[in-house]
Amino acid sequence: MEPSRKLPARNDAEPRPPQPTRQVMAAIAEKARVGSLPGLLGDRLFRWSTATLALMVIALLAGFAVVLTMQSRLSLVKFSFRFFTSSNWDPVNEQFGALPFVYGTVMTSAIALLIAVPLSLGSALAMVEMLPQWLATRIGFMVELLAAIPSVVYGLWGIFVLGPWLRDNIDPLLAGYLGFLPIFQGPQLSVSLLTAGVLLSVMIIPYITAVCTEVFRAVPQNQREAALALGATRWEMIRMAVVPYGYSGVVGAIILGLGRALGETIAVAMVIGNRPEIAASLFMPSSTLASAIANEFTEATGDLYLSALVELGLVLMVLAVVLNAAARALVMGVVGQQGERR
Amino acid sequence: MISLPASKSPESAVKVPAAEKLKVADLSAYYRGKTALRSINLDILANHVTAIIGPSGCGKSTLVRCLNRMHEVQAGNHAEGQVWLDGEDIYAPGVDPVQVRRRIGMVFQKATPFPTMSIEDNVTAGLRLNRRRLGRAERDRIVERSLRRAALWDEVKDVLRQPGTSLSGGQQQRLCIARALAVEPEVLLMDEPCSALDPISTARIEELLLELKASYTIVLVTHNMQQAARASDYTAFLLNGDLIEFGETNQIFTNPGRQETEEYITGRFG
Repeated sequence: MEPSRKLPARNDAEPRPPQPTRQVMAAIAEKARVGSLPGLLGDRLFRWSTATLALMVIALLAGFAVVLTMQSRLSLVKFSFRFFTSSNWDPVNEQFGALPFVYGTVMTSAIALLIAVPLSLGSALAMVEMLPQWLATRIGFMVELLAAIPSVVYGLWGIFVLGPWLRDNIDPLLAGYLGFLPIFQGPQLSVSLLTAGVLLSVMIIPYITAVCTEVFRAVPQNQREAALALGATRWEMIRMAVVPYGYSGVVGAIILGLGRALGETIAVAMVIGNRPEIAASLFMPSSTLASAIANEFTEATGDLYLSALVELGLVLMVLAVVLNAAARALVMGVVGQQGERR
Repeated sequence: MISLPASKSPESAVKVPAAEKLKVADLSAYYRGKTALRSINLDILANHVTAIIGPSGCGKSTLVRCLNRMHEVQAGNHAEGQVWLDGEDIYAPGVDPVQVRRRIGMVFQKATPFPTMSIEDNVTAGLRLNRRRLGRAERDRIVERSLRRAALWDEVKDVLRQPGTSLSGGQQQRLCIARALAVEPEVLLMDEPCSALDPISTARIEELLLELKASYTIVLVTHNMQQAARASDYTAFLLNGDLIEFGETNQIFTNPGRQETEEYITGRFG
C-alpha cells in the first residue's frame, strides 16, 4: 500500500523526461492508424451503402408524389382546393370533387379499427398470457392464415355471406337500439359502408394480432413477476406490466392495420356499392379513394377524368401520411408524458 | 403497543423472544418434472435475517420463490408440502396466491422498476391494486415513508416524477425495495438483490437489511458468503436441492456441523 501510494507523488515532483514518452505515443498512434485502416474503410463503405439505400426509400416516396402530381395536373389546375371540399363527382359534366371518397375511406377504416383493435388485442393477450402453449400456437397459425387469403376471395365472401348476413341480422339490431343516431337510419342494404368496414376489420385482424403477439411476447418475464410479487392478479399484471411495456409496439401494430385498411382496394370495391355520395347512413352504399380508382380507371374517357382519378391517388397518399404522422405524434405525446402521468 | 410508555427503549421491543414467522415443512419443488428441492424443513424467525446460501443450481432461488408461491408462476413448475405463515398453510387448498403475495413481498436479482411509471408511481404500484383510491396526501405520505425506509428518499425527493428507469442500478434496486415495502408486507424475500450491484450499492443495501429487520422478517438468498456472514442472523446451506445445514450464522461460519458446509464456506467448491 505505502509505496504505491507514494509513487504518483514522486512523479509529480520530478517530471519524467518527455522524449521517450512522445516517441512511444507516436509509435502507438502510428500502429493504431495502420492497424485500423481496412476496418475504417469497411465502416465508411458500410455507412455510405446503407445511407444510400435509406435515402432511396425517401426518393421513391418523393418520386411517387411527383409523378402523381404531374399526372393530375389538369385536375389540380382546374379545381384546385374545390377538389377537396366538393362532394360532387359527376364525370358526365366533368365536375370532380373527392370528398365522398375521403369520407368513405376514413369511415370504413374507422369501423375496421373499431372492431379489429379490441379483438386483436384480446386474442394476442389470450395467446401470450392465458392459453396453454399448444393451443396458442394453433390459434396463432390460424390467425396468420387469415392474412394469406387473397383480398378478392374476401370480396366474394363479403358479397355472398357477410353483406346479406349483416343486413338481415346486425342492421336491424343497430337500427333498433341505436336508431336515434343518423348513421343507423334509413334503408338497409347488403352493399354498404358498414359491410366494407366489417370486411376490412376481418382483413386487418391478422396483422394487428400477429404484431401484438410478438410485442407482448417481448415483455420480459421479470416485469410480469414484479407485478405478481406485489400481489397482482393476472388481469392486474397485464394492465400494470404487459400492456404499458408494449404500448408503443401496440400503436405500431394499429398503424400497420390502418395502412392496410386505407389502401385496400378490390375487396372494398366489391362490397361497398361504389356510389360517390356522402350518405348519412352506414347502411347505404359509398365509395373509397382506392375503390373508386380501381372501378373507374378503365372507364375514364376524358383527360380531365383520368387526371381527377390520379389526384384521388395523390389524396390517398397524403391521407395515409397525415394519419400515420398523427398516430405517431399521439404515441410520442403519451410516451413523453408517461413520467408525469398520475 | 398502544399503551407503551414513551420512556421504554426500542431494545425492549426487540428483546421479545422471536417467533417463527414462516415454517417450511416437508417442502419439495419440481421444475418440469425434475426435482429442485427435496423435503425441506426450515423455521424462519420473525424480525431476523435468514440467509440461504449454496452453489449455483442448488435450489436456493427455488426455495425462496416457494415461500410466496412465485415458483408455480412458470408453466411446468409445482411444489408439494407446507409453508406455514403465522400458523396458516399458504399451500392449503383454497388459499389464493395473490393474497399470500400481498403479505410476503419480494425483491428480485435484477431491479425491475416499471419503465413506463415515474418513481412515485412505481412506489405506489402495489397499492393501486384492488385498493381504494388514495388521497393525494396519503399517497405522498406513503411514498415518502417507503422511500425513506429504502434509504432512497434523499436522493430522489426532487425527481419523483422522473421515470423509475432514470435511476442508477443501485437506486433502482432500492426503488424496488421501496415498492415492496409500500404494501406493508410482513415478510420480505430477497433473491440475490445485490448480485448486479457495485460494492458501494451492495453495502447500502446490507445496511438497509439491518434497519429493516426491526419491522420485517427477511429471507436473503445470496451466492456471496461474506454477505451472508455480514448481514444475516441465521444461515441455511443448500446443496443439490437438499438442506444440508441450518443454524445461527455465526456457528455456520465458524463451526459448521457438516463437512459439505465447511468445504463450501472455505471455498473448496461452488
